[in-house]
Amino acid sequence: MSTLTELSLADARDGLRAKKFSARELAEAHIAAVTRIKPLNAFITETPDAALEGAAEADRRLAKGEARAMEGLPIAIKDLFCTEGVLTTAGSHILDGFKPPYESTVTANLWKAGAVMLGKTNMDEFAMGSSNMTSYHGPVESPWRRRGDNRPLVPGGSSGGSAAAVAARAALGATGTDTGGSIRQPAAFSGIVGMKPTYGRCSRWGIVAFASSLDQAGPMTRMVRDAAIMLGAMAGHDPKDSTSVDRPVPDYEKALTGNVRGLKIGIPKEYRVDGMNPEIDRLWEQGIAWLKAAGVETVAISLPHTKYALPAYYIVAPAEASSNLARYDGVRYGLRVPGGTLDEMYEKTRAAGFGKEVRRRVMIGTYVLSAGYYDAYYNKARQIRTLIARDFAEAYRKCDVILTPTSPNTAFAVGEKMDDPIAMYLNDVFTVPGNLAGLPGISVPAGLGGDGLPLGLQVLGRAFDEETVLRVAEVLERAADFKHKP
Amino acid sequence: MALDRDTVRNIATLARIRVEDNELDALAGELSNILTFVEQLNEVDTKGVEPMTSVVAMQLPRRPDEVTDGNIQNKILANAPEGTRGFFAVPKVVE
Repeated sequence: MSTLTELSLADARDGLRAKKFSARELAEAHIAAVTRIKPLNAFITETPDAALEGAAEADRRLAKGEARAMEGLPIAIKDLFCTEGVLTTAGSHILDGFKPPYESTVTANLWKAGAVMLGKTNMDEFAMGSSNMTSYHGPVESPWRRRGDNRPLVPGGSSGGSAAAVAARAALGATGTDTGGSIRQPAAFSGIVGMKPTYGRCSRWGIVAFASSLDQAGPMTRMVRDAAIMLGAMAGHDPKDSTSVDRPVPDYEKALTGNVRGLKIGIPKEYRVDGMNPEIDRLWEQGIAWLKAAGVETVAISLPHTKYALPAYYIVAPAEASSNLARYDGVRYGLRVPGGTLDEMYEKTRAAGFGKEVRRRVMIGTYVLSAGYYDAYYNKARQIRTLIARDFAEAYRKCDVILTPTSPNTAFAVGEKMDDPIAMYLNDVFTVPGNLAGLPGISVPAGLGGDGLPLGLQVLGRAFDEETVLRVAEVLERAADFKHKP
Repeated sequence: MALDRDTVRNIATLARIRVEDNELDALAGELSNILTFVEQLNEVDTKGVEPMTSVVAMQLPRRPDEVTDGNIQNKILANAPEGTRGFFAVPKVVE
């Protein structure tokens, strides 16, 4: 029943409840799809048995009329989330063979809501990348191709395996994590929806840490409604993460009223960057026109420190990463390369275990935190962060949400942009400010470029106002009516 | 900021990552490019600006200082590349 994999997550949920098909049939269709997309290398570990077990339990509950919010819905999990007894690598050689003895809070919440696991998805090593090319387990191929060109393309990153799996109809949804755009950019490249919630909305406990003050988990799905359902299951206060915020989780699906009349949408002038693809500019104009037609008012806003977001990010994120990744020492888990002394063992293990991009960032982080440079780099970057957050606070006095493109370009070919780290970093120019300020953002597929590849628009909102972000995103989705498939 | 070979070697030591001598020049170039890129921040006057400590204004929560789990030695050691008699094992550090 391949048509089952074409359903949106919301329609699959409704179909299960209406007994149109069983959770077992839904799981089997998706397990077959996971096998079919093996050439994309989207999964590091497949867990068909877990999916079937979960489906059996779901069918029992559905029969008794006790279905939970995501009962029987097959999803994929980024390999950054610890899953009890299931290999968790973070895309790195250094976590070879690591089977966590515990479950991350976000995945535990998803299983408590009835979702079932198809497997663990490939990703840039330790979530450092925008292409999925830095994975120790090899690059992920996007299911998309440029018009008239069969070269393999990247799905974006770092949540590239999740994006490819959802776009290729092998999962109804997938978890991602977003430190500088790692949910939204691959969602835009792959023609799907990806949401980064407000910092603190989802627990970070049990997620392999990259940059703790920026990391946030979120849903990747094909429709905005699906993202609302999945976020509702993922979110919530967790005493085990001291930055997780104790406030009730709204019914996000209820927020999708379709009514955006009277809302004010900010259009930041600083997001018109030099050398931006003119198609992306046109799509942005189109997005503005769609929202105006739906009754919103547009407001010109200024976020004057936008151009400093990326350089600030490339201090803060590597600094935190260098601290977080200190734990990979060959002693407690993962890879160990023997050495004559303890230090030699550390150095050899970390040299063999980390890929080039991770090594680069750990070294940058080590340098900017080292004695004598801390103020010049790390504190300076934290001051810039304050200014960026102030820019947003000022803007939100005039508007309710902000509309921008998600990425300055469409997907590129596997192997491109690898020789210049800074060219790669520019992929995240529109997404990084939201992380630095901790704000919620969503990417919605809005059209195709001339090359036949998907383009996304981003809606950013006020802290903890995911509801308005989702409501606007759904209106945008309806107007764009994106029906293209890879 | 242009980093020289010695500085890169020192950073590698601090980060406990073995870097071979033939990699130092390339790495110095890459790291220097990134540092030059981030040094754009010096254009911004940040005098008197408070460095951000948390994006969400909240009090760090407190909890009672109590033992909440334990007796999971096997779980903790399960992933150790080398464990012996209930301990993690490392190369000899004391002669």
